Amino acid sequence: MEQQTFLADKIRTQEYFLNMGPQHPATHGVMRMVLKLDGEIIRNIDPVLGYIHRSIEKMCEHDNYKQIIHLTDRLDYLSAHMNNEAVALLVEKASGIEVSDRIKVIRTMMSELTRIASHTLWWGVMGMDTGALTTFMYAFRDRELINDIMEETCGARLTMNYSVIGGVRYDLHENFVKRVKDFIVHFKKKLPEYDRLLSDNVIFRKRTEGIGYITKEEAIAFGLNGPTGRASGFACDIRKLKPYSAYDRVEFQEVMATEGDAFARYKVRILEMWESLRILEQLVDQIPEGEHRVKTKAVIKLPVGEYLQRVETARGDFGVYVISDGGSSPYRLKFRSPGFANLHGLNKMSIGYKIADLIVNFSTIDVVVPDMDR
Amino acid sequence: MSYIGDIINGSKTLLTGMSITGNYFFKNLFTRKDVITQLYPDNMNELKMFDRFKGEVIMFHDENNQHKCDACTNCEIICPNGSIEIVWERVADPETGKNKKVLLNHIYHLEMCTMCGLCIEVCPADAIGWGQDFHHVTRDRADLTKVLNKPGSSIMPGVKEKK
Amino acid sequence: MMNLTIISEWLSHYIAAEVAFYAELIVIAVIYLSVFALLGLFLVWLERRVAGFFQLRLGPNRVGPMGLFQTLADALKLVSKELTGTSKADKFLYKLAPYFVIITALMAIAVLPFSGELQAFDVNIGLFFISSVSSISVIGIFLAGWASNNKYSLIGGMRTGIQMISYELSVGMVVVTMATLAGTLQLSELVALQKDGWFIFTGHVPAFIAFAIFIIAGTAESNRTPFDLVEAESELGAGYHTEYSGMNFAYYFLAEFVNMFIISAVAVVIFFGGWLSPFGITDNIPYVGVFWFLFKTMAVVFLMMWFRWTFPRLRIDQLLTLEWKYLIPINMVNIVLMALLVWLGLTF
Repeated sequence: MEQQTFLADKIRTQEYFLNMGPQHPATHGVMRMVLKLDGEIIRNIDPVLGYIHRSIEKMCEHDNYKQIIHLTDRLDYLSAHMNNEAVALLVEKASGIEVSDRIKVIRTMMSELTRIASHTLWWGVMGMDTGALTTFMYAFRDRELINDIMEETCGARLTMNYSVIGGVRYDLHENFVKRVKDFIVHFKKKLPEYDRLLSDNVIFRKRTEGIGYITKEEAIAFGLNGPTGRASGFACDIRKLKPYSAYDRVEFQEVMATEGDAFARYKVRILEMWESLRILEQLVDQIPEGEHRVKTKAVIKLPVGEYLQRVETARGDFGVYVISDGGSSPYRLKFRSPGFANLHGLNKMSIGYKIADLIVNFSTIDVVVPDMDR
Repeated sequence: MSYIGDIINGSKTLLTGMSITGNYFFKNLFTRKDVITQLYPDNMNELKMFDRFKGEVIMFHDENNQHKCDACTNCEIICPNGSIEIVWERVADPETGKNKKVLLNHIYHLEMCTMCGLCIEVCPADAIGWGQDFHHVTRDRADLTKVLNKPGSSIMPGVKEKK
Repeated sequence: MMNLTIISEWLSHYIAAEVAFYAELIVIAVIYLSVFALLGLFLVWLERRVAGFFQLRLGPNRVGPMGLFQTLADALKLVSKELTGTSKADKFLYKLAPYFVIITALMAIAVLPFSGELQAFDVNIGLFFISSVSSISVIGIFLAGWASNNKYSLIGGMRTGIQMISYELSVGMVVVTMATLAGTLQLSELVALQKDGWFIFTGHVPAFIAFAIFIIAGTAESNRTPFDLVEAESELGAGYHTEYSGMNFAYYFLAEFVNMFIISAVAVVIFFGGWLSPFGITDNIPYVGVFWFLFKTMAVVFLMMWFRWTFPRLRIDQLLTLEWKYLIPINMVNIVLMALLVWLGLTF
């Protein structure tokens, strides 16, 4: 019998490479991904960093400990306060500076406000990446209120540079408590709207559910952390594991999910905003009296040794590691950035899925490129 | 039947989303109550920044065109970016005859400044502080290099020279 | 057919009758083209303004009253821009592609009945003409994707092929459904038949289902969110028109909005009684139908804008699932249902 040949067998297919970025609307900045594609299906992702490398770690080695703080604003600019706090906590711990309860509470509240601001921005961008453009403006409306709080108290909206060694730069503004209370009331009304607009939307559900699976073991192996890791069931919240500032005295839940898909990562962040609101509610009426700043020496020198301080930023476990040779600036300083670790999971999440899914996954690990690429 | 049920539930979620955006649309169409747009160049005069807003570093002058800077260069030393350059000279004090530091130019590079605020914190005489101006747009980078002490200004009497 | 023959009658006093006939055609074409260029600009303005209100913004509000001249200014900017392209592009096809899109979009306009008196080309297969002409535009998008020598454009072009061909089917079947009810494909006659009641009411259940399918498929036909995979800003940059600039880009942009207008106009003709006023209040006054036609069309256009500024985008496989597993089967059942209703005389 004659062998039947199909036209499809004669067509030659091949995998091809696609350069996504550094100038691409969905790469959240300047990141380049070399995609190996089979049609629309992703076979390999090769993230290329270095387009926004500013050698911040090296710059830190030439600055003294007071000067380092303003550089950390520029790492993960959406959780600028937490980054400041990490360095401040490290130096305070190493040089034995005791800070008052007031400072601790202020720092915690600022951290949680920053976390909400970061997550709202993420929610807006998440909607944009999936094609719902309106979410962005709704998110920015709510974020604007936090920015106003920040601007009034810290003097800046994004790169606050508020936490300093031995306290915070300014005392709380007299309107702070009122503004935070107003914000809590406002945001509690708007968060369910987020759900109704995007989370429940059938198209959005179909786009995110069952996409970008990553198991708990893989999450741990890749070093995923923050909401990305917790969505796979990996309990990695530094606020619970190693409480710092006032986190040991507030009640909140570590938001976890076990599905490990893109929607779980989405869900964890939405629920985290509720938890942050809960923390703010507990603290806003109980800000202790006291000084906002402890007097420190003009030039701070750390004793010889190695120091590590971890904080939970909006993206996950941010670590500052310092080797001191006893001088006024660190001998070596290393930032362990959550975004960089989360990026490792992207390949695992996206291979075998389509380009559109890659964008969703990329969005759900909540990338801030200057955080990965220091 | 799940096939028809899916369609109905799906449509319901879509309509819920549309009700939210539609609600905002009609509210904004008729009342503009929720519009968050700032009509920037129009509201330039009403726009007031917060007192602590970090727009630029300025040097305070009183009505006699006198400032408090004694050219101690603390701010120049602490600045992480080298945004501040201080030009000074020693001039003999006519009363005591001692040589005294006198500020010639307090040069401030706004284009390099990261608003970290260390200079303001370290200033022993509170000679410099935050200005709330944010209209820094210019066509020439050199315009951003400013001399903070006004021309012809002198130091206020009574500001002691720091060691 | 139309009162515009007065042009040729008037002209024939001065020049030969054949020349006057062609002169009339040219005059009408120029009027139509300029009106639709303006309409396209207006729709772009409307979209931006509507998007502004959806997004808690104001939208364009600086150039002219309520920002009306903003799009005119943008158009002037686009005209004055350099036409760029990639070095290894297929130059001929690359330059040709935009014209496929814009010309087909403008051709479909010819048959739209703006009022009882104002219709340029009342062909007896009007609906068929519109759907066949508008399916040519896919060639333009396909060519753009292929000829640009850009992988993003290519992916966009391939997606277009899949999407347009699939959803063409749904639009066609909705037209068949409504033709079953009306018994004609001629647009003027379709409108005239609705004097006693719009088809969406006379055809009740199947007509309503047909309208829902038509608006979904129509949104997909004009490549708008949630079916804008062809452009998919967050995935493909700008999709098939990534490499186009200046006026070539403007053609695509304008064509998208004109297509949206056509889809809405067709919906108005086959469901909402075209230029007929509600309850016949102004039907006796000539040319007032233009107002009603544009008013209804803008209402449907607004509905499509509402979709765009609310929904996320579908993925390519979900797009096909929606078409082949949901819309087509429902559509088939709907045709049978409509045929039964017409047969049994259960329509109003």
